Amino acid sequence: MTESSDLAQPGGERELDLAQTQGALPVDQHRPGMFGVTGSGDTSGFSGLKRQPWVELPAQRPFGSFFDEVVEAFEQAYPEHEQAIRKIVVDRDELTIHIAREHIAMVCKTFRDDPSLRFELLSAVSGVDYLAREGADGERLHVAYHLTSMTYRRRIRLEVSLTTADPHLPSVTAVYPTADWQERETWDMFGIIFDGHPALTRILMPDDWDGHPQRKDYPLGGVPVEYKGASIPPPDERRVYR
Amino acid sequence: MKGGFIDEGLPEEWGARPVTDSYSPSRETTEGRVYNVSGGGDWDSVFADDPLHEERLVVNMGPQHPSTHGVLRLVLELEGETVTDARLVVGYLHTGIEKNTEFRTWTQGSTFVTRCDYLAPLFNETAYCMAVEKLLGAVVPERANLIRVLMMEINRISSHWVWLATGGMELGALTAMTNGFRAREKCLDILELITGLRMNHAYIRVGGLAQDLPDNAIEKIRAWIKDMDTEIHGVDRLLRGQPIWINRLKGVGWIGVEGCLSLGLTGPMLRAAGLAWDMRKTEPYLGYETYDFDVPTDDGGDCWSRFVVKVAEMRESLRIIAQVLDRIEQTPGRVMVDDPKIAWPAQLSIGSDGMGNSAAHVNKIMNGSMESLIHHFKLVTEGFRVPTGQAYVAVESPRGELGAHVVSDGGTRPYRVHLREPSFINLQATATMAIGGQIADVIASVASLDPVMGGCDR
Repeated sequence: MTESSDLAQPGGERELDLAQTQGALPVDQHRPGMFGVTGSGDTSGFSGLKRQPWVELPAQRPFGSFFDEVVEAFEQAYPEHEQAIRKIVVDRDELTIHIAREHIAMVCKTFRDDPSLRFELLSAVSGVDYLAREGADGERLHVAYHLTSMTYRRRIRLEVSLTTADPHLPSVTAVYPTADWQERETWDMFGIIFDGHPALTRILMPDDWDGHPQRKDYPLGGVPVEYKGASIPPPDERRVYR
Repeated sequence: MKGGFIDEGLPEEWGARPVTDSYSPSRETTEGRVYNVSGGGDWDSVFADDPLHEERLVVNMGPQHPSTHGVLRLVLELEGETVTDARLVVGYLHTGIEKNTEFRTWTQGSTFVTRCDYLAPLFNETAYCMAVEKLLGAVVPERANLIRVLMMEINRISSHWVWLATGGMELGALTAMTNGFRAREKCLDILELITGLRMNHAYIRVGGLAQDLPDNAIEKIRAWIKDMDTEIHGVDRLLRGQPIWINRLKGVGWIGVEGCLSLGLTGPMLRAAGLAWDMRKTEPYLGYETYDFDVPTDDGGDCWSRFVVKVAEMRESLRIIAQVLDRIEQTPGRVMVDDPKIAWPAQLSIGSDGMGNSAAHVNKIMNGSMESLIHHFKLVTEGFRVPTGQAYVAVESPRGELGAHVVSDGGTRPYRVHLREPSFINLQATATMAIGGQIADVIASVASLDPVMGGCDR
């Protein structure tokens, strides 16, 4: 199936992807065709091997649940919230606030200390490399901070996005000392530099390792096999279902 | 005799070269020059300028030290027996589990994450599967949820047994080790009966479970509860009043609630400091709010309190297991989600040649229905797709908050899986507990953290 014929079909794969790109499909979406392929009767899955980009649509107020309360309390506690908040996403009962990178440490401090927020625990810091949906801004490296409020029993996620050319953001170790090793892991795996971290060194990979393995464009090794000159390609170059 | 570069006893053409040095004094004899290196003097020269700290010593504990729970390396700076600085080196067991899941189907992810924290594999599987199910919007059948609770609580007890056994061994209580491992083996027998494997089960799958309980499981677990009660009582009675055990644990490795929260310590560490934070109560999942159990706490914040809390937790887990068994008996039904686009097509069963697809299913796809065969093949090789988005789900593992951050790009494989591993986070507290204490207390502190390096390094 060629791409042009795909485009021509209403309800075809391309249309499904466009709908996904725009975030229009609900969670329990109806997916025509067992594996996303319609029209041709081809269920092999090999007709489109490219992963399509997707974006998260900003949520509209009211957000529902406790999210409005948290966002309003933060806006009151943080005077520069208009510069700090870049986007708010509500998806699957989870609130994600996208923060401008220079604000992240101060925003965390506000979330920790403000009496109406009280996110005492930084549960997890993790990086994600959104190479597949890299937009015009080139901000493909994301850092996700999962904050937990033990007082109010709430969880939110803060997210910062960076370019690979300038992967710097302030460290939150001064606010949450638990971020120490987690930021080191994120540096190790994604090459994200946390300015102000007391000792930003590799933690899981060896000290002399080259590159950052969790990046999506990190080269993976293939396996040569001695059979008629064949070799097993690296996992990211093998034929895949999408 | 100080070293110099003038050689008076040798032929001139050999040239000037050092004949003595401060590490190996030498003297002339009739049979030639004799060096004396038995002094071992290099430490003398290192500390010659620092007479106040002549006892300072840097010791590498691990990564092969038996009491570091696997491949944990501690670099300790000692002043006599006192620890003045402690640094931790981890990563020796890094196996790239998170990266590996990105090249397998969503179902195969279970098989990878189960190998992280190998003492609590069923918790890894549950956290991962619940996160994927959140992305899918799938509702898991009630019976599967009940069995997940059952399996996790059995696993919590077996994990705590390993903590007690290894911790006891490191502090010299060898009976705690032999009894603890014997009791753990009984837990693993139950897990093996249900899943077919002692560890790394891959039993909890996205959408439900790999298979239902075998017929005799409930009866055997009931007998096991009685047995376990005796075992817990025995070890508790053995250790609680034991003077050496008390002296080694009380007042050692103290961390208060503020310290726990800033360092991110959760689970028994936090509860032993006095905060009753247990996600089974505070953010209930899988229906934990409907079970009658208590959250044991203690206010000491030291290794002794952690001992008290963990032993009490094992008893509470037994209470939950007794309740969930009754409910499983009253709740028949499927253990896999009723959506043929997600559910694994075959139920596994044990045949004469081991575990595999059930004979009825094989007969159907090979002899009866070509469509079923295609469906089976597609779902097993290609897998199902998960709508785009991200989710974070946390469960209360034996070591604290175990979170799974899962991102999907809409494909048949995870885009990113990150595990918030309590072992990794909790180990950061080692320096806080060790510095200023005795080197022997480092062992007790690390043991009370109960780190599992497979989980820490992933």
